[in-house]
Amino acid sequence: MSNITEPRGATKFLLRANAGLVYAFFYVPIVVLVVFSFSDNRNVGVWGGFTFDWYRDLADSEPTKDALWASVQIAAVSTVVSVVLGTMAALALERFTFRGKKVFDALLYLPVIIPDVTMAVMMLVFFSQAANFFGFSKGFTTVTLSHIAFSISFVSIVVRARLAGTDDTLEEAALDLGATRWQAFRHVTLPVIMPGVVGGGLLALTLSLDDVVITQFVTGSGWTTLPLYVFGLIRRGVTPIINAVSVVMLVASMALVAFSLLAQRIRSHDPV
Amino acid sequence: MNDKTSKLIVTSVALSMIGAACGGSDGDEGAASGAADCAVGETDGDLALYNWAEYIAPEQIEEFETEFGVSVTQDVYDSNEAMQPIVAAGSSGYDLIVPSDYMVGIMKDGGFIQPLNKDLIPNLANISDDFSGLNFDEAGDYSVPYQWGFTGLAVDLEVVGTDFPRSWDLVFGDAADEYAGKITLLNDPRETLGAALKSLGYSLNSTDEAELAEAQEVLAGSVDNLLAFNTDSSDELLTSGESAIAQVYSGGAITQFLGTDDPSRYTFFVPEEGGTRWIDNMAIPFDAPNPCTAHAFINFLLDGQNGADLSNYTYYGTPNAESVALLDDELNEFLTSPDLLAGGLDSVETIVDTGDFELNYSDAFTEAKG
Repeated sequence: MSNITEPRGATKFLLRANAGLVYAFFYVPIVVLVVFSFSDNRNVGVWGGFTFDWYRDLADSEPTKDALWASVQIAAVSTVVSVVLGTMAALALERFTFRGKKVFDALLYLPVIIPDVTMAVMMLVFFSQAANFFGFSKGFTTVTLSHIAFSISFVSIVVRARLAGTDDTLEEAALDLGATRWQAFRHVTLPVIMPGVVGGGLLALTLSLDDVVITQFVTGSGWTTLPLYVFGLIRRGVTPIINAVSVVMLVASMALVAFSLLAQRIRSHDPV
Repeated sequence: MNDKTSKLIVTSVALSMIGAACGGSDGDEGAASGAADCAVGETDGDLALYNWAEYIAPEQIEEFETEFGVSVTQDVYDSNEAMQPIVAAGSSGYDLIVPSDYMVGIMKDGGFIQPLNKDLIPNLANISDDFSGLNFDEAGDYSVPYQWGFTGLAVDLEVVGTDFPRSWDLVFGDAADEYAGKITLLNDPRETLGAALKSLGYSLNSTDEAELAEAQEVLAGSVDNLLAFNTDSSDELLTSGESAIAQVYSGGAITQFLGTDDPSRYTFFVPEEGGTRWIDNMAIPFDAPNPCTAHAFINFLLDGQNGADLSNYTYYGTPNAESVALLDDELNEFLTSPDLLAGGLDSVETIVDTGDFELNYSDAFTEAKG
C-alpha cells in the first residue's frame, strides 16, 4: 500500500481544475483549427457556414501537394536512418567503454543544445562549399542529411533512457544459452528497448516534419517542404487552406501514433 | 518585415559577411560569368525559380514550359531576409529570384546578383517610365521590376464616413482620438516610423537621429489609440469590423475588399504627405546555373499580355505599360483611382537600406511601442 493518499476536498478540486485547464489550453486551439478548416469564409476566424472547399482547393493545389510529398519523403528517410544510427550510438555508449567515449557522448548531445539558427548557418556554409567543390546541387540530400544530423541525438537520448532501465543480464543469459550476438540483440534486447526506439522514431519524424529554420537554409531547388510553404503562404494572408493542410497533417500524425501503439500492443501479446 | 524577420536582420547581416568571405574564393568566377552570352529566347537548361508564394499564376509557368521546351521548378520564401543568405552562400542552384527594392541594393553591392544582358530582354521597352532611375538600381543593370504596390491607409467608410482628412493625421493627429481602439499599424519598424517621418515632412529613408527621434515621439503618442501593431492580418481585422482604419499594403487590401459582400464600403489611399512605394524585382543570382533561360523568362513575363496575366493573378500593380489596358476592370479602377495618391507620385518613396542605421529604426520602434 502506498502511504501517499489522494488529495481531498478543495485541493482535489483545484488540482482537477488545473489539469482540465492545462488540457483545454493544449487542445482547444486544435479544435478551433479543425472547425475553421470547414468555414466558408476566406478569413480565418470568421465563420461563414460549412464547406469542404478548402480541402478541395488543397487537393487541387499542385505546390501544396508537392511540398507535402517533399516533406514526407525527407521525413521517412531521415527517420529510418536516424533511428538506426541513434540506436547504435545509444547501445555503444550504454554498454561499452572505449577511448574517447566522453567526447563522443558530449558531441552527440551538441545538436540538442545548439540554437537552430546557429546549426542552420553552419550547415548552409558547409553544404554550399561542399556543393561548389563536389559539383552537386542542394536539395533532398542536403535537407535529409541535416535532419538526420539533429535527429540522431534525440533518438539516442530516448533509447538510452530506456536502456538504462533495463537489465543487461538478460542479454548475457541469451549469449550463455547459445544465442549469437545478432540473435541476442534481435530477440532479447530489441524487444525490450522497442518502446524507446519507437518513441525516438516518432520524435525524429515530428522534428523532421516540423523543422523550418534549418530546412530553409539547406534546401535547394524543388525541395520546399510543407512548413516552408505554409510560412510563405502566410505572408500573403492566412486562408483556411492552411487550416486544411494542418488538419491533414494532424490526422496523419495521430494515425501514425495510433498505428505504432497498436503495433506494440500486438507485439506484446506475441510470445518472444 | 514582421517581428521575426526584423530579428533576422541581425542574422542576415552576419550572414552576408560570411557569404562575402566564402564568396571570396570564387568571386572572380562570379564576376567573369557576368552578362549572359546567348541569343534572344535561347535557353540553356531548366529554370529554378525562387519566388514569394502564390506570386505567379501556375498557368503562366506551364505556358513558358510549353513555349520554350524547358521545365520550371518553383520554390518559395517568406521574407527577403530568408532568401538573401541562401543565395549569398553560393551554389543555391536558383536561376531567378524576386527580391524587393532595398534587397536588390544589398545584393547588388554584395555581388550576389549578376548584371543583366539587356540585349536579351527586348521587352524591357514595355516598362513604364515611372520605373526608370530607381534608387536601388539606378540604371536597371541588375534588376527588372516585377510587381509593385503602395503602403497607405485603408478605411471603413461606414464607420469613418467620407469626410475625413486624406492625411496621416488620421492615425497620428487629433483626428485619431475619435477612432481610439479602432486603428492598426503595421508591425514593421521601417513602414511605421516611415509613416511618422512622412507625416512630419521628412524622407522615410532619413538617417538623421533628430528626425527619427521626432518620428518616434509621434508614433509613441499614437500608441494609446491603437488596436494593434499587426502586419499579417490587418486586412482581415478591417473587414471583420474590429478596426476602422488600418495601415496596409495596397495589394492585400484590394484583394480583401473584393472578397467582401460590399467592396465599395472600403477605400485605400496613400496620404497626401506620402507613403511607401515598394517594388519587387526579378534578378539573376551571381552563380545561376542557367542564366540564358532566366533571361528568356524575364523577357517572357515582360510581354504585355503576360504582364497583365501576372497582375490579374496577384492583384498588385504592373510596371508594364503595355499591360495596363489588359488588366481586370476592378483592378485597373483601383490602380488609376484619382484618390489613390493624395499627394501624387512624387510624394511616395521606396525604402532603401540604411545600413547600420537599421538598428536605430528597430530600437526607436521598440521604444515607441513601449
